[in-house]
Amino acid sequence: MGVFNYTFHWRPAFQALPAMLEGALVTIQLAVLSMLFGIAIGVVLSLMRGSKNRLLSGFAVTWVEIARNTPALFQIYIAYFGLGQIGIRLDSFIALLIGITFNNAGYLAETFRGGMRAVPPTQTRAARSLGLSAVDAYRLIVLPQMFRVVFHPMTNQMVWAILMTSLGVVVGLNTDLTGVTQELNVKTFRTFEYFAIAAVMYYLIAKFVTLGARAIAWRLFRY
Amino acid sequence: MIDTALSANDIWFLVQGAGWTLLITAIAIVAGTLLGILFGVARATLPGWSTLPLGFLLDIFRSVPLLIQLVLANSFIPILGIRATPFAVSCLVLALYTSAYCAEIVRGGVLSVPLTTRRAARSLGLTWWQDMKEIVYPMALRVMLPSWIGLTLGVMKDTALVGWIGVIELLKSSQILITRMANEPLFILCIAGLIYFLISFPISRLGARLEQRWRDND
Amino acid sequence: MIEIERVKKSFGSLTVLDEVSLSVNTGEVVSIIGGSGSGKSTLLMCINGLEPIQGGRIAVDGIEVHAAGTDLNKLRRNIGIVFQQWNAFPHLTVLENVTLAPRKVLKMSRAEAEAIAVQQLEHVGLGDKLKAFPGKLSGGQQQRMAIARALAMSPKYMLFDEVTSALDPQLVGEVLDTMRLLAGEGMTMILVTHEMGFAREVSDRVAFFKSGKIHEIGSPQQIFESPQMPETRAFLNSVL
Repeated sequence: MGVFNYTFHWRPAFQALPAMLEGALVTIQLAVLSMLFGIAIGVVLSLMRGSKNRLLSGFAVTWVEIARNTPALFQIYIAYFGLGQIGIRLDSFIALLIGITFNNAGYLAETFRGGMRAVPPTQTRAARSLGLSAVDAYRLIVLPQMFRVVFHPMTNQMVWAILMTSLGVVVGLNTDLTGVTQELNVKTFRTFEYFAIAAVMYYLIAKFVTLGARAIAWRLFRY
Repeated sequence: MIDTALSANDIWFLVQGAGWTLLITAIAIVAGTLLGILFGVARATLPGWSTLPLGFLLDIFRSVPLLIQLVLANSFIPILGIRATPFAVSCLVLALYTSAYCAEIVRGGVLSVPLTTRRAARSLGLTWWQDMKEIVYPMALRVMLPSWIGLTLGVMKDTALVGWIGVIELLKSSQILITRMANEPLFILCIAGLIYFLISFPISRLGARLEQRWRDND
Repeated sequence: MIEIERVKKSFGSLTVLDEVSLSVNTGEVVSIIGGSGSGKSTLLMCINGLEPIQGGRIAVDGIEVHAAGTDLNKLRRNIGIVFQQWNAFPHLTVLENVTLAPRKVLKMSRAEAEAIAVQQLEHVGLGDKLKAFPGKLSGGQQQRMAIARALAMSPKYMLFDEVTSALDPQLVGEVLDTMRLLAGEGMTMILVTHEMGFAREVSDRVAFFKSGKIHEIGSPQQIFESPQMPETRAFLNSVL
């Protein structure tokens, strides 16, 4: 039939929607977990990087530079194949989570470092002069302003985390959106149909994150 | 010396993989940048509504995982009746993917030039093209170049995904070696990682220094 | 009463305060004048313990500022300070800027703190800007807000650190008016200033600072009309 010597079969693909939606939930779960761990580690790394202890700052710099200068898939491979060699066998879900968390933490550490420099020390000084304790000055004055600076890069990293979860299939993950899609593909060879639906779902998830973040920013940062 | 089953041939295999990585990166960056400039200037200068469809299309490339894009293109091109090697598909997808990011960089760069500056240029009698070439381009370049270097490195790292559709680039070649020599994956991966790092790190340092110098000069 | 005795302060090898002594009685307004970099602002930072000192002592109402056991947060409630760069908290509204310390430090209820804040903000002429963010205000308005913010703690002492230096000339007047009002109400104040006319008008005493030392101190008449020291004369000639 014309140019297309191929008949699209959308019906079976649409019947697979519930299974794919379940996969999408796993994808979101992975991305959220990797961000939570990534933020926590990123904060620690950015503090270590500013430390006078050469060992601590060296460790942080090494982490950040490896995270930023090698492919995310490489980082996942290290968690999956590499750690196996030293006796740590991880299933693909955990390996993927570790890989993405490693990547998130490296990028976020740099973001947080920039955020810390963005709030001038005079703000702390003004807060302390009013009698606020060091903790209160940090919590009420510095952190909220820092948060605004890092919010947008954090949103970007969240979208990146979602995109990176698709790499799980390469190390055999079959429960996330790409993994489920690949399983269906292997069974039916309707590659295009299934992956097109997956693409739409990824797009919607990414849009949901960006638009949600924009709404939050609009509510939070009115100044 | 490290005790390893890895032979010189195997190392050569990895280096060849790195060659493919660099070749695909170069093609994607050159084609993607040219397209990206075109799209970016259009997005920045034409009326908003007219480039909305283009903006939407480019947004898709940035919001769908590259792996999915590669699989989709690899399955769709044969449907069109075109025979393409995985290498060609990879270059095509990565070029479009690059152009989507590059368009945003160019758009941001052009929009960073204050409208008043451009009005001043036009009021002196410069044509649209002269304004672009003499005023907008030099001013926007400072904003764009650091991001563009970042993009280039990003694309270089993203080429690791084309292994999935059968191109034996650097990471894929290391994976093949791992399958053959199952007892030393960490060592093989570290060599691959080191190659990526040695390509990426100096360029990213250069970018950071450039950015620093321009900031200091302002 | 603020007692400053033989205070020494240096940043590395640079001496900024060289055995400075000064005491300020309750209800007194003392102005500190002198060229930039002469250590005037640093002295203010030392009075409320924002900067450590290397020698001598400072006591506020008999409490040693730099003694190990001193609760600086408690001490600072009594000492308001306003900076050259007003240092508004950009993420808080004008009202929130002013209620922050009463609520968090004095543990007032929100209603209580807001009542005081509104009163202080009206006092400085910002009664109509309560819900605005500082970024939307002019420099003069932000500086007046900073004064209200300090006053909301009902301090016994107010320190002003070149509060008009960063303002556009047309905005200086409104800030000086606010300070004049305070001086009239009997507030104890130390002001570091470049506004000679103002210093002369509101001060009980004026101190001339040069290279970390007080070269001359006396009534405004004495300092401005018949300065004793050649350094004071030279400085006044250069600025008047």
